[in-house]
Amino acid sequence: MTAMTASLPPQTRWWQSRVVRRFTRNWLALLGLAMITLLTLACIFGPALLPYDSLYVDLRARFSAPLTGDHYLGTDPLGRDIAARLLMAGRISLMVGFFAMLLATLLGTLVGVIAGYSGGWVNAVLMRTVDGFLSFPTIFLLLALAVALQPTPVMITLIIALTGWMEVARIVEAEVRSLKEREFVMAGRMLGLSRTHIMFREILPNAMGPIIVAATLTVARAILLEAYVSFLGFGIQPPLPSWGNMLNGAQQYLGTAPWLAIIPGAAITIAVTSFNFIGDGLRDALDVRNDTL
Amino acid sequence: MAAFLLRRLLQSIVLLGIVSIIGFTVLNLIPGGPLAQYALDPGMTEADRLRIASQMGLDRPLYVQYLEWASRMLQGDWGTSYRDGNAVLTVIARHVPATLLLMGSSTVIAVGVGTWIGIRGATHRNSALDYMSTVGAMIALSIPTFWFGLIGIYVFSLRLGWLPSGNMYTIGDGSVLNMLHHLIMPSVVLALVHIAIWSRFMRSATLDAISQEFVKTARAKGVPERRVVMKHVVGNALLPMISLAGVQVPSLLTGALVTETVFSWPGMGRLFLDSLSYSDYPVVMGLLMFSAILTIVANFIADVTVALVDPRIRLA
Repeated sequence: MTAMTASLPPQTRWWQSRVVRRFTRNWLALLGLAMITLLTLACIFGPALLPYDSLYVDLRARFSAPLTGDHYLGTDPLGRDIAARLLMAGRISLMVGFFAMLLATLLGTLVGVIAGYSGGWVNAVLMRTVDGFLSFPTIFLLLALAVALQPTPVMITLIIALTGWMEVARIVEAEVRSLKEREFVMAGRMLGLSRTHIMFREILPNAMGPIIVAATLTVARAILLEAYVSFLGFGIQPPLPSWGNMLNGAQQYLGTAPWLAIIPGAAITIAVTSFNFIGDGLRDALDVRNDTL
Repeated sequence: MAAFLLRRLLQSIVLLGIVSIIGFTVLNLIPGGPLAQYALDPGMTEADRLRIASQMGLDRPLYVQYLEWASRMLQGDWGTSYRDGNAVLTVIARHVPATLLLMGSSTVIAVGVGTWIGIRGATHRNSALDYMSTVGAMIALSIPTFWFGLIGIYVFSLRLGWLPSGNMYTIGDGSVLNMLHHLIMPSVVLALVHIAIWSRFMRSATLDAISQEFVKTARAKGVPERRVVMKHVVGNALLPMISLAGVQVPSLLTGALVTETVFSWPGMGRLFLDSLSYSDYPVVMGLLMFSAILTIVANFIADVTVALVDPRIRLA
C-alpha cells in the first residue's frame, strides 16, 4: 500500500481534507460533537461510578432536591437516584435514536435509490407512498403503532424508523435522479454493468454527502420522537428508564419537585441540539456549493 | 386554471387512496384487529368470536374487506365509539374546533414573529440578530414541546401566577376573555417550533428575492429602500410561504397533540390519547384518517391559492 501511494504527489490525510477543515471551523458543530461524545461516555461509564444504582429505591430519601447529600441530581418519587437513572435512560434513548436512524436511513436510501434510478411507474408508486406516509402527523401514526405492537425498546426503534424514513427517501431520490444523467453512469451502462451495480456501487457513493447529513438530523428526530411517545406513556415502559418516560408523571409534582421535569428535559434538549448542530455543520462542510476555500 | 385544478385534484385523490391503505394496514395490526372490542370479553367463547368474525365479514379476503371499509368511510360511516356509542364523526367533530383554534392562533403567532425575524435576518445579513436567530432556531427545533410547556407552567402559572396551567375555561366562567387567557400559553408553546421553521424559510426566500433583477431595477429607479423591501422583496418572498403553511399541518397536529395533553386542552390530540387509553380503536382510526385527510385538503388549498396568486405555477 505504501509502495503504491509513495510516488503520488503531496499526500493529504483524511483529517487534512477540505470537508474536515470546513467542519472544524464551525464551532457550533464542534461543540455538538464534544457534547455528544461527553454524553455517550457518561452514559457508558457513568452508572458504574455513581454511588447509587438506577433501580435502588430509598423511601426515606424521596423527593430529595438536587445537590443534597450523595444525590447529585436529587431523587424521584420513589427515592431513586436521578443521576443514575438519567445516565441509564441515556443509554436507552441514545441507542433507540441511533438504531432508528440506521434503519430509517437504510430504508429511505433503498427506496430513494430505486425510485430515483427506475423512474416511471416504480418512481410514481414509491414516491406517492412517501407522500402518503408524510400526510399523517408522525405522533398519531407512532402512537397507533405503539399500541398495536408491544412497546419494547426494539419495537419502539422499529416504529420510529418506520415513521422516519421518508425524508431520507426524498433527498436520495432527488440526488439519484440528477446523478443518473451523468457521464459516469452512461459509461457504466455501456460497460454492461448490472442495474444493481450501477445503482449501489456507482451512484450511491456519490450521493453519500446528503445521506450523511440527513442521517445525522434523523438521529435528532428519533431521540425527540422517542421522548414524545415515552412521555405520553406509550413508549419505553418503566422500570426501564428513558429520558421521555422520566418526564411522564413529572407534571403532577411540578410545584413541589420541578427538577423531576427540568433535568431529563434538559438532557433531551442538549442531545437533540448537539445532533442538529453536527448535522448543520456537516451540511455546510459537505455541500459543494458552499465551497469557499 | 381548470386543467391545473383537475390535475391537482386527481393527485389528492390518489394520495387519499394511498393514505387509506396505510390506515387499513394499521387497523389490522391492532391486536385482535377490528374484533378488538370483543377480545377481552370473558363471557364470549372462541366460537362466538368466530361467528362475529364471519358476520362482520372478517373471514373474507383482505382486499374485499378493504374495499368495504373504504366505501363505508366514503359514505361517512366511520363506526361508533366503544366508549359512548356515538358515531365516530360526531365525536371527532366535537373536538375539532378547540384544536383548530389552537393551531390557528399558533400559526398567526408563528407567521407574524417568524416572518419578521426572517426578513430582518435577510436584510441585515450576518448581524447579531441574524446570527442569534439562526442558532436560536436550531435550539428551538430541538426543545421537546411538552418540556417547554412544563417549564412554561412552572414559571408562569406556579411561580408568577399570571396564566392558568390548563383547560379551556375556568369552571363557571364561559366568557371569551377567559378562554383567550387560557389560550395564551398553549398557543405560544405550540408556536415555538414553527417560529423557528417560518423564520428559516422566510430568511432564505427573502435572500432569493433580494438578488432578483427587479429589485435592482427598483433600487435604480430610486425607490426608497424600505419600500423596495416591503413591496418588491417581501411580496415575492411570501409566495412560497403559502405552500409552507400547507406542509406544516401534520407537524402542527403532532405539536397540538402534545400541547393539548400538557395543558388539558379539549381538542383532537387529547381525544386521541384518551381513546388510546380506553382502547377505543374506532375513534383512534377515525382520528388517524381525519388528520391525514386534513393534511391533504390543506395542501390542496395551499397549492390552489399559490396558483391563483402566481400565474407562473398554473401555466407551467
